[in-house]
Amino acid sequence: MTWNDKRPMSPHLQVYKLPLTAKLSILHRGTGAALSAGALLMVWVLAAAAGGEESYAAMHGFLASWFGQLVLFGFTFSLYYHFCNGIRHLLWDIGKGLDLESTEKSAKVVIGATAALTILTWLVAL
Amino acid sequence: MSDNLRTPLARVKGLGSAKDGVEHFWVQRLTALALIPLTLWFCFSVASLPSADYAGVVAWLSSPFNAVMMVITVIISLHHTQLGLQVIIEDYVSCHATRTTSVVAIKFAAFLCAVLGVFSILKVALGA
Repeated sequence: MTWNDKRPMSPHLQVYKLPLTAKLSILHRGTGAALSAGALLMVWVLAAAAGGEESYAAMHGFLASWFGQLVLFGFTFSLYYHFCNGIRHLLWDIGKGLDLESTEKSAKVVIGATAALTILTWLVAL
Repeated sequence: MSDNLRTPLARVKGLGSAKDGVEHFWVQRLTALALIPLTLWFCFSVASLPSADYAGVVAWLSSPFNAVMMVITVIISLHHTQLGLQVIIEDYVSCHATRTTSVVAIKFAAFLCAVLGVFSILKVALGA
């Protein structure tokens, strides 16, 4: 590729429109970090159950409140996004779907699958 | 003599400049693979609990299948979490002392959480 023009080459982050694939890449790390808190919550709930009826009731009361439900919804969304995009990463690791067209397509599949799994889980739960 | 600056021993060991080769990368992928069925089981098993109150959770964990699956889920997910957080810290924390301290703290905390989780599951499952 010849590069003749003199425009700056690196993306200027304040004016550069991030492509969908880049946004999803950031979201993968973001949800990964959020899921650390999710893992902590999972262990906390287990510990509350091990603590007996009273400590579990307090935890259950929190999780059943509107804020607790919001936290659980964020947890399931993050988990399913990281899950779907993680499978996309594993496919890349074995060399599949690395070209631009495939990554654009798999990005949309990941968004659709995340929404479907999140909604399905909450339909089962409620 | 080799035609590059690395010694023949270093090349045959294949561990690279970070001294641990592809171990971190490989274990992160292995735990990711294991978490595919575990995540689906965990989400749908919890979502389909008839009741999430104390009696419901005790009944759920009293099933040996659920208890074993939950122990595996806790161990693998915290191992994967710890490996991922290590990458984030190594990417963004440039001060060597802070970086090493944070990574060690993350690893210790993840181990503590895993042991606490496993102990809690066993305590409920065995009805102690």
